[in-house]
Amino acid sequence: MYIKINGQEIETKFRYVYELCGNISAEKVIILNGYQTSGDYELSEGDELFIIQKGVIPGQEQLEGMMAARHTPRVHARVKAAGVAIAGLGGLGSNVAVMLARTGVGNLLLVDFDVVEPSNLNRQSYYISHLGLPKTIALEKQLKEINPFINIKIKNVRVTEENAEELFAGYDVICEAFDNPEAKAVLVNTVLERLHNIKVVAASGMAGYHSSNLIRTERKMKNLYVCGDFENEAGTGSGLMAPRVQICAAHQANMVLRLLLGIEEA
Amino acid sequence: MKLNGNTIIFKKEVPLILFLQQNKYDISRIAVELNGDIVPKAEYAGVLLSEKDSVEVVSFVGGG
Repeated sequence: MYIKINGQEIETKFRYVYELCGNISAEKVIILNGYQTSGDYELSEGDELFIIQKGVIPGQEQLEGMMAARHTPRVHARVKAAGVAIAGLGGLGSNVAVMLARTGVGNLLLVDFDVVEPSNLNRQSYYISHLGLPKTIALEKQLKEINPFINIKIKNVRVTEENAEELFAGYDVICEAFDNPEAKAVLVNTVLERLHNIKVVAASGMAGYHSSNLIRTERKMKNLYVCGDFENEAGTGSGLMAPRVQICAAHQANMVLRLLLGIEEA
Repeated sequence: MKLNGNTIIFKKEVPLILFLQQNKYDISRIAVELNGDIVPKAEYAGVLLSEKDSVEVVSFVGGG
């Protein structure tokens, strides 16, 4: 039968995982069809098996497959072909970008006009060493360390009614990740009016330390999904903090992933 | 008429812009879908709402 080992298709007469790779040891990670196994399993035609030796840096050609080994089978090929634009690289956008890079989304566009400053570090995916750098560049550096197998484009501009169409045409999904409510509305309206086949995953309401469970994902329009609690606005006396901002970012990233896999239900 | 999935009653046709103002929406922070299609901002004044319509208004609050 034919199976895939570390991303390469081979023919084998072995019928069990242990026959192929010996007993499991503490230095070895064995992943069968996206699940890390701790016992022997019978192999079937088309199985995907990864045998990872801890502490050994694999070659480039094996690394990408190993990085995706824990994904559900067939997810990686689909997300690798997809393109997602992230508008705004603050608490939402920087964290969404990190999650989508880990997921292996093959083409990411990162858009922001600002530089990293100290008040960003309470919730945004940046480090002290990034202070003063444009967010696009600081984030691109991190994503390349996380997943060197994806294409990243950066645009250091402010998104406006005038440039949104040109910036985002051709992407499968746009993630709205601005801070300012008027900017959110301008992006959503412009994209929905002019780019008819693109879905927008926006966010509204994630300030403070209210219950995590208030944050949800709703399909509000044909092409618009909104994540958040829909009411808790950032303002004087109501700060933005890492936990709820990251919960909201994770809602957005998961909705983006679902859309890329053809699931339209929130 | 339906507003965000809830049935509301009104007496006569009303321009969308007036309806939004009466319902205290901040025009600069919303997106509006009418019967499944987005309404461009420039058309808010021209669109008349009638009782058969279904309107979805999404308001954005700040933070990100």
